[in-house]
Amino acid sequence: MIKQQTMLKLSKYVLYDIVRSKVILAYTLFLFLVSFSLFNMEEDSSKAILSLLNIILIVVPLISMIFTTIHYYNSYEFIELMLSQPMSRRKILLSEYGGVGLSLVSSFLIGVGIPVLLYSPGSVGFSLLFTGCSLTLVFTSLAFLTSVKARDKARGIGVALLLWFYFALIYDGLILLILFNFSDYPLEKITLILSALNPIDLGRISIMLKMDVSALMGYTGALYKDFFGSGAGTLFTVGIMLLWIAIPLSLALRVFKKKDL
Amino acid sequence: MIRIEHINKKFKKLIALNDINAQFEKGQVISLIGPNGSGKTTLIKAILGMVKADSGKIFFNDELINGDPSYRSQIGYMPQIGRYPDNMKVGQLFKMLKNIRNVSADNLDEELINKFGLKEIFQKPMRTLSGGTRQKVSAALAFLFSPDVLILDEPTAGLDPLSSEILKEKILKEKAKNKLILITSHILSDLDELTTQIMYLQEGKMEFFKGIEQLREETGELKLGKAIARIMKGEKFSNEWIDRMVLKESLEGIKPEKNSSFRSE
Repeated sequence: MIKQQTMLKLSKYVLYDIVRSKVILAYTLFLFLVSFSLFNMEEDSSKAILSLLNIILIVVPLISMIFTTIHYYNSYEFIELMLSQPMSRRKILLSEYGGVGLSLVSSFLIGVGIPVLLYSPGSVGFSLLFTGCSLTLVFTSLAFLTSVKARDKARGIGVALLLWFYFALIYDGLILLILFNFSDYPLEKITLILSALNPIDLGRISIMLKMDVSALMGYTGALYKDFFGSGAGTLFTVGIMLLWIAIPLSLALRVFKKKDL
Repeated sequence: MIRIEHINKKFKKLIALNDINAQFEKGQVISLIGPNGSGKTTLIKAILGMVKADSGKIFFNDELINGDPSYRSQIGYMPQIGRYPDNMKVGQLFKMLKNIRNVSADNLDEELINKFGLKEIFQKPMRTLSGGTRQKVSAALAFLFSPDVLILDEPTAGLDPLSSEILKEKILKEKAKNKLILITSHILSDLDELTTQIMYLQEGKMEFFKGIEQLREETGELKLGKAIARIMKGEKFSNEWIDRMVLKESLEGIKPEKNSSFRSE
């Protein structure tokens, strides 16, 4: 109990520091303006959601990674100070993660959640919010891993950008290449697995299949819809997202425990 | 109280600590001395668990320090360069640490906060403080929870003479309370009146670990600065060298004269 209390206290200070920096407020405002104007421009709210999805899939991972990386290096002093106190490294890193994750998720929920709930409440809207929140946590977790590993700020941000580039752009190109070259073979199951290897793709597919556009995707689309539409599919999406959050974070904890500060 | 056994640490190719063994007890004031980069701060950070040694063991009150951070509640640490969250105000910093440590108000030692007049700058953000003021904050933090062990890394560097004197008085006061105090400093005259034990490090190796009286006898110098300077001047320090010095002095019949400015314990 006492341990959890100190962790909460630490997270509180991390949150306090983040809110004061105002970057998070700007991010919330940006998301809010984008979602609000998209819903106002498009007559059809599902079209608006589709446009919003495309923006979220690019912006949320990017901001989450960059913000987390910069925050980590900026709070190096805080971490150092805490280390000279009776505080375990695990607790320090987890409360940092808690503070950053909570602030990014809440700014997403305010910025995108409120417009979505106003204009398009329903299963598609909710899965959009779920995807956004889990992508935030996934990329925060990845950014913690890279910042703990990289020695200086420039390198940390560089690696974070590269990773984002890979997940947001390069990965799709690679998949297209595979699909194109092996189009004679049945690839449905393999593409399903491949999609799980990129959280952005997984988020995109799980939302697209809840919408009518999946009809355009032909036979593969039908198979996907069968899978992702079912309870097992939802469970699969949630489970894979949780793995994407937990694995980088636990790796980061392991590296951080052995690190010299 | 603190026992160090066969500690080794390498940073890439640089050997920072080379098979260090020592035992520190209550009531001792240990001065860690050595040239820049000789591993003093690394040794301190290893005791604090901030640097993980490659091999060897460190015991705190006969318990191996390994993962469980609770032993650090008995240590007050004043870093060489105090780095604090920029946005935080001085007052908030103290409040936060009190909050995290959960210590009742009667167990707090706010003497340094008062003597350094830190209460007047409680509203200032940490980033606006000068180096010396930061040092004062670091010092006040180290003593705040009246810990049994004080680890002070270059405590007087950057302090004005008045503050430096206040800090030295405080260290003497804590010494009288039978606490273990570890100090590194290059200002040897500061250590003169405080120290009971000298540990001399060079290139990560512990060249010697001796009581100050013994060192004075061996070098024939009353002032710590001169004694160490003799040792540092010697191209390579060795036990033979000491023997020769002692021999030479006994032959010449030099008797160290009592120095009135020196406060012996």
